[in-house]
Amino acid sequence: MSDRVGQVPLRTVGPGESLAASKLKLHDHVTAAARVAGNSPARYLGRPVPRWHRVAEIAIQVIALGVIAAVLLIFAFVAKEALPLLFSDKVHGEVTLGKMFIAQAWPGYDGAEHIWQPVSDIPKYGIWPLILGTLKVSIVAMLVAVPLGVGSAVYVSQYASRRTRELVKPVIELLAGVPSVVLGFFALMVMASWFQGWFGLESRLNALIAGVALSFAVIPLIFTISEEALGAVPRSYVEASTALGAARWQTIVRVLVPAASPGIAAAVALGLGRAVGETMIVLMASGNAAITSTSFVESVRTLSATIAAELAEVVFGGAHYTVLFFLGTVLFLTTFVINFLGDYAIARMKRRLGVAV
Amino acid sequence: MTASAVTPPVFDENPFVRRLRSRLGDLALVVATGSATLLVLGVLAIIVADVVIGGSQRFSWTFLSTAPTEGMTAGGVFPAIFGTVAMVVMMTIAVVPAGVATAVYLHEYADATARMTRIIRIAVNNLAGVPSIVFGLFGLGFFVRFVGTGMDFAFFGGQKVFGQPALVWASLTMAVLTVPVVIVATEEALRSVPRELREASLALGATRFQTVINVVLPQATPGILTGTILAISRGAGEVAPILFTGAAYYLPNLPWHPSSQFMHLGYHVYVLATQSPDVDASKPLLYSTVLVLLAVTFVLNLSAFIVRSRMRHRFTGAGT
Repeated sequence: MSDRVGQVPLRTVGPGESLAASKLKLHDHVTAAARVAGNSPARYLGRPVPRWHRVAEIAIQVIALGVIAAVLLIFAFVAKEALPLLFSDKVHGEVTLGKMFIAQAWPGYDGAEHIWQPVSDIPKYGIWPLILGTLKVSIVAMLVAVPLGVGSAVYVSQYASRRTRELVKPVIELLAGVPSVVLGFFALMVMASWFQGWFGLESRLNALIAGVALSFAVIPLIFTISEEALGAVPRSYVEASTALGAARWQTIVRVLVPAASPGIAAAVALGLGRAVGETMIVLMASGNAAITSTSFVESVRTLSATIAAELAEVVFGGAHYTVLFFLGTVLFLTTFVINFLGDYAIARMKRRLGVAV
Repeated sequence: MTASAVTPPVFDENPFVRRLRSRLGDLALVVATGSATLLVLGVLAIIVADVVIGGSQRFSWTFLSTAPTEGMTAGGVFPAIFGTVAMVVMMTIAVVPAGVATAVYLHEYADATARMTRIIRIAVNNLAGVPSIVFGLFGLGFFVRFVGTGMDFAFFGGQKVFGQPALVWASLTMAVLTVPVVIVATEEALRSVPRELREASLALGATRFQTVINVVLPQATPGILTGTILAISRGAGEVAPILFTGAAYYLPNLPWHPSSQFMHLGYHVYVLATQSPDVDASKPLLYSTVLVLLAVTFVLNLSAFIVRSRMRHRFTGAGT
C-alpha cells in the first residue's frame, strides 16, 4: 500500500523462488533491484523525492475510501429523514408503518382499502398502489427491453459484419446518452397521442406508455452487458459445437446463450434496477394517478415519481416529508439488492468461463 | 451444463433436410435478432427526427441568447444554458479529481484481492445503480440540510445562505452521481497502459507515485477525458437529482453565486412539458429546448466515443 520511500527492504526474489511465492510485490522487487544497481528510490533522477508525494498518496487512498463513505452516507441520510416514521409520536398521529402497508377503513369508503392520498383532509398513505404502479411500469419496460436488448446483442455479436458492428454499437450508446427527461418528453408529447390513436385508450398517459418509454432507457444497458457477455464466451465453445455438426443458430441458441446466461441475467437485473428507480420518464408519462387496478392502460403512480412530484410541496420534517424519504429508502434498498445480485451473476460467469470480462 | 444434458447428434437424417433445417433456422434467427436491432435503431431515429423537425422551427441565435418571456411562451433559453454550464463546471471540478484518484488507487495501489479493494468496487457499482431521485433526496438531506445549514451556523450566524437549495449543492449532488462514470473510464484507460512502461519507470528508480504522475496518467489522459465528457453529458441531462437541490422554475437573474438557485436545460424541458399554463403556446419553445439538450448530449457522447476508440487503437491496434 505505502511506498516506504527509502525504507524498501533490500530483498529480491531468491534463486528458485517465484515472484508470487516471495510475497514481494512487483514494485518492491523492482525498487529493491534498482537499489542494488545503486539507484536509490529516495532520489529520483538525482533529485530528492518531495514530501508532498506522500501526502498526495494518502489523499488518493482517503478519496477512494470516500466512495464507500458516499454509499453509506446516501443510505444514512435518506434513512435518517425516514426514521421519525418509526419513532416520532408527532408523525404517528398521521401515519405509521402499519397504516402504510395494511388496508385501512377510511370514512366514505366501504371496507378497508389501500389508498395513497397524502394531501387531503384525512391524509392516506397506503403504499401498495405505488408499489403496484412501479411493478406495472417495470414489467412493461422489461417485456419490451429484454427481447430487444438481448436480440440486438445476439445480432451484433454473432451475425453483424465488423463494419455494421462498429456502426451499431456507438448508435446504441447514443440512445443510452439520451437524457431521461427527453424520453419522458417524447412519451408525453408524441407517443401518448400515437398510442391513443392506435389502441383507442381511455387515459392518454398510462402504465403502457410509461413502460415502453422506460424500455428505451433500459435497452442500451441490457444490450451493452449482454453483448459483452456473449463476446466473453471462449471461441473453443463455438468451435466444439461447430465440429459436432451444429448449425450456426444451434450453436447460438444451445451453446453461446446458455454459456453467457449469467451475464445476460445480470444485464436483465441491472436493467430492472434502472427501470424501478428511473424517475423523469414515469413522472412525465405515467399519468401519476395512484389507482389500484390490474389494467396496464390506466394511469399509474410509481414510488420514484411520487417522491419527485410531492417533495417540493411538503413541510420539512412533517409526516408527508418523512414518508417520502421512507419511499426513497425502499427504492435505495430495492435497487441495492437487485444490483448486488446482478454483480454477483457477472462475477460468477467470469469465474465459470475463466475469463476476465 | 451437466453431462447428462448432452444428447447424441442425429446422423440418420437426410443431408439435404439437415442443410435446409440449418438454413431455415439461421434465417429465422437472423431475421428475429436483426429486426430487434433495427427496431432499437429506429426508435432513436424517430426520436431524433421528431425533435429536429419540431425544434428547428423556433431555433435561432435569439433563442439561444435571450431569456424566456411572456410566461415561457416566447424568448429563449439562455438562463437555462448558463445555469447548466455553471452547474456542470462546478460538478467537473469536484468529480474529476475524485474519480481519477479513486481509479488510480484501485488500479495502481490497491491489492486487487484485498477485502477493502473489493468493498470499494462493490461501492462503485452500487453508486452507479442508485436511482437518481435518491441522489436528490440525499442532496437535500446531506448537502442542503446538513452541510449547508451547518455552514450557515458556523459562518453566517444562522442566516440562511447555504442552508437552502443552491447551485453548489446541485453540482455536488451531481458529482456524487457521476463519479462512477469517471472511475470506470479512468480505470479502463489505466488498464490499457502497458505494464512495461511502469516497470521501466520503476527500474529507473522512480517511486510508485512518480511513476503514476509522470508515466501512467499522461498515457491515460484520453480515458480521463472520456470519463469527464460522459460525466458532463450525464450532468447536463439528469433532472431528478437537482429537483430539490437547486434547480429553479424561472429566475430573473443569472446565478453568479454558488448559493443562488439556477435554471437548467433538463429541468426547463420538464417544466415546459408538464407545468406550462398554456401547453400549446409553449410547445414550439419546448421542442427547441429539447433540441438544444439533445444536441449537447449527442455531441458530448460522440466526442467521448471518438476519444475512446482512438485510445484503444493506440495501444492495441485493434478495433473496439
